[in-house]
Amino acid sequence: MADYHWPPANHREFIGQRIKRIDGPVKSSGRAKYTYDINRPNMLWGKMATSPYAHAKIRKIDTSAAEGMTGVKAVVSIMNEGDEVLWAGQEIVAVAADTEERAESAAEAVKIDYDPLPHFVSDSDPQTAGSEHTKQLEQRVDGNPDQGFSQADVTNEGRYGIPVITHCCLETHGQATEWDGDNLTVWSTTQNVSGMAGEYASGLKEKGIDIPAANIHVISNYMGGGFGSKFEADTWGIACAMLSKKSGRAVKMMLERDHELMVAGARPSLHGRIKLGAKKDGTLVAWESETYGTGGPTAEGTGHLPYILAVPNASVKHTAVMTNMGPIRAWRAPNHPQMCLVSMSAFEDMAAKLNMDPVAFFKKNLSLAGDRGKTYAEELDKAAELMEWKKKWHPRGQSGTGTIKHGLGVSMHTWGGRGNISNCDVTIHPDGSVETSLGSQDLGTGTRTVINIVTSETLGIPLDLVKVNIGDNKYPPAGASGGSTTVSGVSTSTRRAATDALNQLLDKVAPSLGAPADQLEAGQGKIQVKGNPAKSIPWKQACAKLGATSITGKGATSADLMSSGVGGVQMSEVAVDTETGVVRIVKHVSVQDCGLIIDLKTAESQVYGAAIMGITYALFEEKIMDQPTGRCLNPNMEFYKLAGIGDIGDIVVHMMTGPGYDDRGTIGLGEPPVISPGAAISNAVANAIGVRVPELPLTPDRVLTALGKGGMA
Amino acid sequence: MDAFEFANPTTLTEAIGLLGSNWEDASVFAGGTDLLALLKDDVEETKRLVNIKKIGSLHAVQNVNGGLHIGAAVTIEQLLTASDVRKEFPAIADAAEGIRSPQIRNMGTVGGDLCQRPRCWYYRNGFGLLAQDKDGKSLPAQGDNRYHAVFGNDGAAKFVSPSSLAPAFVALGARLSIEGPKGARETSVEEFFTIPQNEGVREHALSPNEIVSEIIVPGESRGMRSATYEVRHKEGLDWPFATASVALRMKGATVESARVVLGHVAPKPWPAAEVEKWLAGKSINEETATKAGDAAAEGATPMSRNGYKVQLVRVAVKRALLAAAAKGVA
Repeated sequence: MADYHWPPANHREFIGQRIKRIDGPVKSSGRAKYTYDINRPNMLWGKMATSPYAHAKIRKIDTSAAEGMTGVKAVVSIMNEGDEVLWAGQEIVAVAADTEERAESAAEAVKIDYDPLPHFVSDSDPQTAGSEHTKQLEQRVDGNPDQGFSQADVTNEGRYGIPVITHCCLETHGQATEWDGDNLTVWSTTQNVSGMAGEYASGLKEKGIDIPAANIHVISNYMGGGFGSKFEADTWGIACAMLSKKSGRAVKMMLERDHELMVAGARPSLHGRIKLGAKKDGTLVAWESETYGTGGPTAEGTGHLPYILAVPNASVKHTAVMTNMGPIRAWRAPNHPQMCLVSMSAFEDMAAKLNMDPVAFFKKNLSLAGDRGKTYAEELDKAAELMEWKKKWHPRGQSGTGTIKHGLGVSMHTWGGRGNISNCDVTIHPDGSVETSLGSQDLGTGTRTVINIVTSETLGIPLDLVKVNIGDNKYPPAGASGGSTTVSGVSTSTRRAATDALNQLLDKVAPSLGAPADQLEAGQGKIQVKGNPAKSIPWKQACAKLGATSITGKGATSADLMSSGVGGVQMSEVAVDTETGVVRIVKHVSVQDCGLIIDLKTAESQVYGAAIMGITYALFEEKIMDQPTGRCLNPNMEFYKLAGIGDIGDIVVHMMTGPGYDDRGTIGLGEPPVISPGAAISNAVANAIGVRVPELPLTPDRVLTALGKGGMA
Repeated sequence: MDAFEFANPTTLTEAIGLLGSNWEDASVFAGGTDLLALLKDDVEETKRLVNIKKIGSLHAVQNVNGGLHIGAAVTIEQLLTASDVRKEFPAIADAAEGIRSPQIRNMGTVGGDLCQRPRCWYYRNGFGLLAQDKDGKSLPAQGDNRYHAVFGNDGAAKFVSPSSLAPAFVALGARLSIEGPKGARETSVEEFFTIPQNEGVREHALSPNEIVSEIIVPGESRGMRSATYEVRHKEGLDWPFATASVALRMKGATVESARVVLGHVAPKPWPAAEVEKWLAGKSINEETATKAGDAAAEGATPMSRNGYKVQLVRVAVKRALLAAAAKGVA
């Protein structure tokens, strides 16, 4: 029986080290080919005609002018006459032409008549929205809330909220498609390489084109971000394949930036009122929340509260508001940042009312955090040390007489992150080179590097002897990269495949070392008799014993090498200009556990990136919709504001490792560290200025309003 | 974006000959940091781009009798690094530094900064500069006006002038040289900007066949205590919410005369005339600067979502005055 277990800490050569990502040089030098970079012989450009109305019925579509234009090779309908448009930017017709400019002109020449219908795009409360736009999603009672509040020494009530934001992927959605007889190749920017063929097969079938998934080749070598928005073929993917089919040419169709921000992914909002009851010593005894939010035309989002601390007596009500603001997609840790913001803000407000240090307040209530209480306690201590919390913290609002007020805030979060289904082949060639192949994908998180590390660790060979093959559905199937599932999926399947390949090799090498295969071990670039370096053979010589035939080990996701459930604590220090309302991040500390860390460097990078993304939605981001026109007013990088290098302050990352953490095996990391920044920063601002700014983003407008300086006063 | 002709004149006369009598006939192309986006987004159309970067005379920053003569095609970076701008005309340098990023400072020009079109998101989304609905009602007034005007917004125009440099130029009494088919004319930067009341009318006094050729900051403004303060959200790649450019002529420790000009709060650079008068004879300290800021906010007419900008006007004026007073002795 082969031993697949992760090596103990003192036997790890690569795992847990800070190893640079192996695709760094090709990315930073521009040699990495993203979908946007794909150019095929005789390739056409695809563009789409989209609806300017947020809600309308399509009366008539006339493509004749577009079809007659120079260079136009194909026109296909995405929607039909009589169909109902549910958001501005919805795709109606796609065209392909021999230049991008001609395709754009042709898309503009498509004549579409609409019967506009009343639209509703406001992120407003259920009363304002009216019953036709609302649906109650949750009404729940835990324990006895009335009794809980009657036992409370102190109650506090507040309003909190976080708006709809977009994914804003650096690489917009899109693909290039090319048919060769009955076969279709798709170059796609996707989080779902192995599943994408099925997506295309079913999408094309709906349009009357029959193609088995087996005939669809999907390639996604490098991608510029997905964040949960790139799992599907999408209307534009199917339309692109249809344009290719019709024209007999390769077609590339990438979304324009404005279109991307209008339609290609948004996160539901969450707003509402929360009332808390606590004992004088800080013990939480009652919770009441009435929340709402919008996620576009269907009832989406959640107010499944409270977050982290399961307050014993709780009354929870959440209503979805349906709008024409465009569809939502899973956004990095779906629903967690929203629930975290409203819950942690309410908890911190209670701590302030009790005049308690929020760190002490959270610690007091960690019994409500289930079996993760110990992790949070350790992380609170570590974060406090890195923030110098005890030295810097002051009670809310007691921040001196100057114009610039400093404040500290804290938040906690959790996530699952169990590995997805992953299959892996590790092939050892007679020349000593190794290939590791999986139909997975690297969203930019370092997946390639992690696979390389596990292969090298298991075979005991240098990193550069391994070639990692991913991003192609011809490799062994792997699950989509969503839910922070990739690192455990690929690490455990690679560990098993590499172990099996190694065992095959050991069988071949055993006779020459005069020991049975199970008495051999690999490490430091050689195979040796266990504990006896004198009896060894270098890796390449060992592989030469394979003769002419390479060997392949196969592995799949292994439950006993991984686990699920992480905790994280973040602390933020802000400086608020109380005359202008401008919030500056001074320092942000992220402390995170994710079980056994394969590559400390890319793990830390994930947490840095999440902090930046979180600072961005805390201070700047908002999909701004306009009720008079039904349109998104900021579908551009000018007014859809993202933090720049000057806006993020000093970010400190600490990964929890060692006994109690490593021995849980691998756990996903992509999502959890983006959950807390909104809450930690909002709490820090409240601590600095003495009042809660109820809604994110924390713009000067909102800060000044909270300070009573928002109008003419 | 439709196809257009691209012209590369090497003299001003040739360039003017390539312009038309309507705005749609031709567009003056310098850094292109705004114009190309307008064309790509189909906000503006043009039949011909007239590239003025090959006209040598538009690229110089010169000291003429103490005055600063700035060619219209001088880049923001070139202006910022010109020998005595930082020292002698600090309000201009402050404003130029506010143009973030380095890429825009390297490509964008001084003339372009003055002639760029407003950033009103209704205008940029294709609803026209005045952005009125089919009943003639203002979209910004009924919709989202968080970045719109709090002064000079009683007419149809609700947008704000996007120019970073204009308030500083106005504060320093700068003039503009404009070349057209009938030769050159001059106007003050202050009078160059206008508030349109009808769609199709521009927000400045240029005709379609004219080119801004030079900006002249007079010699008497050299060494004035001046500063620009911008209230901004992001450090880079962002428009300020409100700015103030001030220039003080001092007599000992007191102000002899002052100019206080607000930016990004009105459809044109907005001089705070009452404050300018009030400052005469005062010395600049925390108290007078605060009072001047408060006075500058008087008469503001905020809309539904932009009341906070009134507070930002107070702060911008106060901080600009204190910064100017702290700068080198005139």
